[in-house]
Amino acid sequence: MFTADLPPITGPDVEYSLIAPILIITAAAVLGTLVEALVPRTRRFGVQAAVAVVGVLAAIGDTIWVYQSLDAVKGGGHSGRGQISTEGALSVDGPGVVTWLLLLVFALLSFLLFAERRLEGGLSAFTGRAADAPGSAGEAEATAARIEHTEVFPLASFALLGMMVFATANDLLTMFVALEVLSLPLYLMCGLARRRRLLSQEAALKYFLLGAFSSVFFLYGVALAYGYAGSFELGRIAVAVSSRTGSDTLLLASIALMAVGLLFKISAVPFHSWTPDVYQGAPTPVTAFMAAGTKTAAFVALLRVFFVAFGGATWDWRPTIWVIAVVTMFLGALVSIAQTDVKRMLAYSSIAHAGFLLVGFAGAYVGTTDRISSVSSVLFYLTVYGIATIGAFAIVTLIRDAGGEATHLSRWAGLGKASPFLAGSFALFMLSFAGIPLTSGFIGKWAVFSAAWSGGYWPLVVIGVLMSAVAAYFYVRVIVLMFFTDPVGDGPTIAVPSVLTTTVIAATAAATVFLGLVPGPMLDLAQHAGTFVR
Amino acid sequence: MLELAWLLVAVPLVSGLGLLVWGKEGDRVGHLIGTAASSFSFIVGLICFFQILGRDEGDRSYSKSLFTWIEAGPFHVDMAYTFDQLSGLFVLLITGVGTLIHVYSIGYMEHDARRRRFFAYLNIFIASMLTLVLASDYLVLFLGWEGVGLASYLLIGFWQHKDSAAAAATKAFVVNRVGDVGMALAIMLMFAQFGTTAISEVNVSVNAASTSTATALGLLLLLGACGKSAQVPLQSWLLDAMEGPTPVSALIHAATMVTAGVYLVVRSNGVFDASEAARNAVIAVGLVTLLAGAWIGCAKDDIKKALAGSTMSQIGYMMLAAGLGPAGYAFAIFHLITHGFFKANLFLGAGSIMHGMDDDVEMRHYGALRAAMPVTFITFLFGYLAIIGFPGFSGFFSKDKIIETAFGHSFWVGLGALVGAGVTGFYMTRMMMMTFFSEKRWKEDVHPHESPKVMTYPLIALGALSLLGGAMMLGGWITDFLEPVVGHAEHEELAIPAWLLSVLITLVVAVGVALSYVLYSREPIAAETPADESVSFFSRAGRHELYGNELNEAVVVRPTRHLTRFLVFLDGKGVDGFVTGLADRLGDASQLLRKPQTGFVRSYALSIFGGSLVVVLALLAARLA
Repeated sequence: MFTADLPPITGPDVEYSLIAPILIITAAAVLGTLVEALVPRTRRFGVQAAVAVVGVLAAIGDTIWVYQSLDAVKGGGHSGRGQISTEGALSVDGPGVVTWLLLLVFALLSFLLFAERRLEGGLSAFTGRAADAPGSAGEAEATAARIEHTEVFPLASFALLGMMVFATANDLLTMFVALEVLSLPLYLMCGLARRRRLLSQEAALKYFLLGAFSSVFFLYGVALAYGYAGSFELGRIAVAVSSRTGSDTLLLASIALMAVGLLFKISAVPFHSWTPDVYQGAPTPVTAFMAAGTKTAAFVALLRVFFVAFGGATWDWRPTIWVIAVVTMFLGALVSIAQTDVKRMLAYSSIAHAGFLLVGFAGAYVGTTDRISSVSSVLFYLTVYGIATIGAFAIVTLIRDAGGEATHLSRWAGLGKASPFLAGSFALFMLSFAGIPLTSGFIGKWAVFSAAWSGGYWPLVVIGVLMSAVAAYFYVRVIVLMFFTDPVGDGPTIAVPSVLTTTVIAATAAATVFLGLVPGPMLDLAQHAGTFVR
Repeated sequence: MLELAWLLVAVPLVSGLGLLVWGKEGDRVGHLIGTAASSFSFIVGLICFFQILGRDEGDRSYSKSLFTWIEAGPFHVDMAYTFDQLSGLFVLLITGVGTLIHVYSIGYMEHDARRRRFFAYLNIFIASMLTLVLASDYLVLFLGWEGVGLASYLLIGFWQHKDSAAAAATKAFVVNRVGDVGMALAIMLMFAQFGTTAISEVNVSVNAASTSTATALGLLLLLGACGKSAQVPLQSWLLDAMEGPTPVSALIHAATMVTAGVYLVVRSNGVFDASEAARNAVIAVGLVTLLAGAWIGCAKDDIKKALAGSTMSQIGYMMLAAGLGPAGYAFAIFHLITHGFFKANLFLGAGSIMHGMDDDVEMRHYGALRAAMPVTFITFLFGYLAIIGFPGFSGFFSKDKIIETAFGHSFWVGLGALVGAGVTGFYMTRMMMMTFFSEKRWKEDVHPHESPKVMTYPLIALGALSLLGGAMMLGGWITDFLEPVVGHAEHEELAIPAWLLSVLITLVVAVGVALSYVLYSREPIAAETPADESVSFFSRAGRHELYGNELNEAVVVRPTRHLTRFLVFLDGKGVDGFVTGLADRLGDASQLLRKPQTGFVRSYALSIFGGSLVVVLALLAARLA
C-alpha cells in the first residue's frame, strides 16, 4: 500500500535490438575486465585478445543485421533510414550504422596489431609494468618476468564503445559522455609503449591535458546550446535554430565552441598541435587505432551536430569551416615535407586528410541520386583513409633496429630492395594518400571534392586539388627513398611478423587496391546510408 | 573456301610468330615452314580467286565478319574481310610473288645464321600485307598497314650489325610515321564525319559530304599513300631501304608493300571521285615522282639503288593513273601487277648477280656478265624488256594504257608520262650495258658464277610472268573485271588513234635506248665512279637523289633538332627550375611552419585558445558583416 502513493515509474524505452552492437562491445569490455581479475597471468593475453576479437566480430555481424533492418524514413524533405532510439539519446540511422561498421573493422584490424607478439620476442608492444619508471630496475624485472599489460584489450574495447556512441549520439550530453569514454582509455594507452617510454608517457600526458582542455570548450558549447534551445536533443536544437527564437550571439558562440572541441579530435588546424607528438609517442598499434577510429567517430559526430542541430545556420558556419579546411590542408601538407620521422610524417598527413575531409564537409551538399552527398563522400573517404592508415602503421611496426622501431626516414632508404612486399605495400598506401588514380584514395578525394563542388564551393575544390599536389610531393618522396636510394650502413632490419600483422597488411593493401578499382559497392553503401535521422 | 579466306592471314601469321619463338631447333626447318606457309596462302588465294571468277559479275565480292573488334556506342568495327576482284588480284600477287621470293631466299640466305628469323619476318609481312588488302574497314586496314611497316623496318635492318642498315631502317620507320599520321588522321576524320570507318560505307557517305571534307580526306589518304609508296615528298627512305637483303627489296620494296599506297587510293575511289582537288594532287605527286625516280635511276651506280629509283618512278606511273579517276584505276592496278612481276624479277636478278659477285652492288665493277650468268641474263633481259615497254611484253601494255589515259586527261600530263617512258628506256639500257655487256671490270678474286637452282627457278618463273603478264589486258579483261569495284568510265577519244600513240611511245623509248647504247658503248666505262665535279649537273643531282635528303635535313631535321634543344633547355631551366624552385620554397615554408611545434603543452594550449577566439570572432563577424 506504501507503493501506491508514489507516482508510477515507467522504465526507459530501450530498443535493445537496435543498439545491440554497442551492447556487445560493452559486454566484451566488461568481460575483459573480469578476465583480468580471474584468468591466470600466463594465459591472460590470449584470452583477452580472443574476447576482444570475438566481441568485435560478433558486433560486426550484428551491425550488418541492424543495417538491413533499418526502416526508411520519409518526410521533411530528407530521405534517411533508421530511427531515434533510447528515449532520444541515440540516433540509429544509416550513416551512424555504417560508421559503426567502419569503427568495428578498424578496431578489428587494430586488435590484430595489438595481439602481435613476435616482434618483441614473445611480448606485446605494450610495457610490462606501466607504473615503473622508465629505465628502472623494476622495469627490467618486469621484462625478465615477461609481465604484460593485458588491460589494453578491455581499454581499447571501452574506447571503441565510446566511439560508437559518439558517432550516433542524438543529444549533446550523451555525446559529451561518449567523448570522454572514448578519450580516457586512449590517454592511458598512449603511455603504454614498451620502447621509448619517456616519449610515450610525455605523449599521454600531453594528449590528456590538451584533450581535457578541449573537452571544456565542447562542454561550454553544449551549455550555451542548452541556454539557446532549452534542450540537449539535436532535433530540438534544430527547431530552435530555424525558428530563430533565442539570442544569435548565444547560438554562434555555442557553434564555435562545440566546433573547437570536435575539430580538436579530428586534428584540424589550429587545434592540431597535439597530433604529431601523440602519434609519435604512442605505441604504434595504438596510433593506428586512434588515427583511424577517433577521426572517424569524431568526424561523423561533427557532421551530425552541424548538419542536424545547426543545419539551419549553415550560412553562419560554412565560411569558417571553409577557412579551416584550407589552413588545415595547407599546414598539414606543407609541414609534413620537413618531417624526418615516419610517424610524425603520417601524423601531419593525418592533419592534411582532416583538411580534405573538411572540404567535403564544407560543401554541405545533401546529394541526389547521381551526385554524392557530403555525408556519403566523407564516409567513403574515412573508409579508405582508415584502411590505408592502419596498413601504413602496421608496416611501421616492422621496420626495426636495436632500439625498437626505426622510425627515422633515413633508415627507410633502400627498403624496396630488402623487402619488395613491405615497400610495395607502403608505396601503395602512400599513393592512396596522395590520391593517385587506381587507388582508393583517388576515389575518396574525388568524392569529397565532388560534394564540395556540388555544394557550390568550387574555389575550395581548386585549392584542395592544389594542396593534394603539394601533399603528393612528400608521399612520393618516401617512395623514392625506399626504392631509389641506397641504404645507409646496414639498412633497416625487417622483423618477421606473425600471421596477425601480415594479415592486416595484406588485407589493407588489397582493400586499397580493390576500392580504387571497384569503388562502386562501397560508394553505394555510403550513398545508400542516406542522411542523418533527426 | 571463301569463308575460310581468313586462313590466308592466319597461317603465315602463326607460322611467323611460331618461328620467332621457336628456339635453335627450328633453324633446320624454319625456312621450309615459312615457305610452306606462304605457299599454302597462295593455294588458298588461288582457290578463292577461281571461286569468285566462277560467280556472276555482279556477285564477285565476298565479305565476312569474323568477330566484333570494337563496340563503343554507335561506333562499330568488325574484324571483317572482303575478298573481291581487287583484293583477289592483290592476294595472288602477294602470295604468288611472295612464295617465289620465299623459295629464292632459301638459297640467298643459306649462309645466314639468322635465316629462321628472316623467314619469320617474311611470313609476318605476308600476313600483314594480306590483312591490308583484305580489310573491310579502314581501321583493320590500318592494322595491316602498320604491320607491313613493322616488317619492313625489321627486314631493312635485318643486318643490324651494319650501321648503315640500322640507320636505313630507322629512316624508313620515321619517314613512314609521317605518312601514318596522315592515315590515322584520315581515319579519325572518317569517324568524326561519318561515324564509321567501314570502307564501303565511307566511300558511299563521302558523296553526301561537303567537297572540302572529301578533299581533306583525299589529301590525308594521299599523305599516307606517299609515305608507304615512297612518293614525293616522302620518297627519301626507299633508296636507303636497299640496305636490306635483296629478296626483301624485291618483295617489299618493289613488288608489294610500296604499292600499298596505290591500293589505298584505288580502294578509296569513292573519296577521290568526290574531290577533283584530291585527284589533281594525286596526279601531281605521281607525275613528279615518276620523273624524279627516273632521273635518279639514270645516275646511280649501285644496281639496287638504280632499281629503287626505277621503282619510285614506276609507282609514280601507278599513282598518276590512280589520280586519273575511274578511267585510270584499272590501269593503275594492271601496271601494279605487271610491275610486281618484272620488278621482282629484276631485283631477284640483281640479287643473283650480287650472289655471284661477292655481294658487290657497284655496277662499275660488273660488265660482260651475260656469259657467266646465262639464266640470270636471260631472265633479267625479260624484265628489262618488260619495264621499258617492249612490244609484246607485259610492261608495254600497262604503261601504254597509262600514258594514253594521261593524254586523255591533259596533254602536259601525258607528255610528262611519255618523257618518263623515254628516260626509263635510257636508264634500263644503261644498267644492261654496265652489267651484262661492255667489258669486264671485275675486281680481283671475284669469280662470277650462276646461282643455284633454288634461286634461278623463281627467276625463270618471274621472267615468264614478265613476258606474259600483259595477257590480262586481252580483250580488256582486267578493266571489265575490276569495273564493279572501281566504277565505269567512258573511253576518251584522243586526237590521234591509239595505235599511233603506241607507236609514238615505242619510238620515244627507242630513242632513250639508243641514246644510252651509244653513250655507254662509245668509250669504256670507268671502273670507279667519276668524282662529282667531273660529271654534269644532271648526274650530280641524280646521284644525290635530287637533294631530297639535303632538303629534309634543312627543312625538317635541323629545325626540329634546334627545337628539341630549345625544348630541352626550356624543360631543364624553365619547367624544372620552376618545379624544383617551387619544391625548395615549399621546403623553406615547411621549415618555417614547423617552428610553432615546440613540444610545450603550454604553447599548444595557447594555440588552441587563440584558435577558439578566432573561430568565435569569425562566426560573430560573419553574422554582423
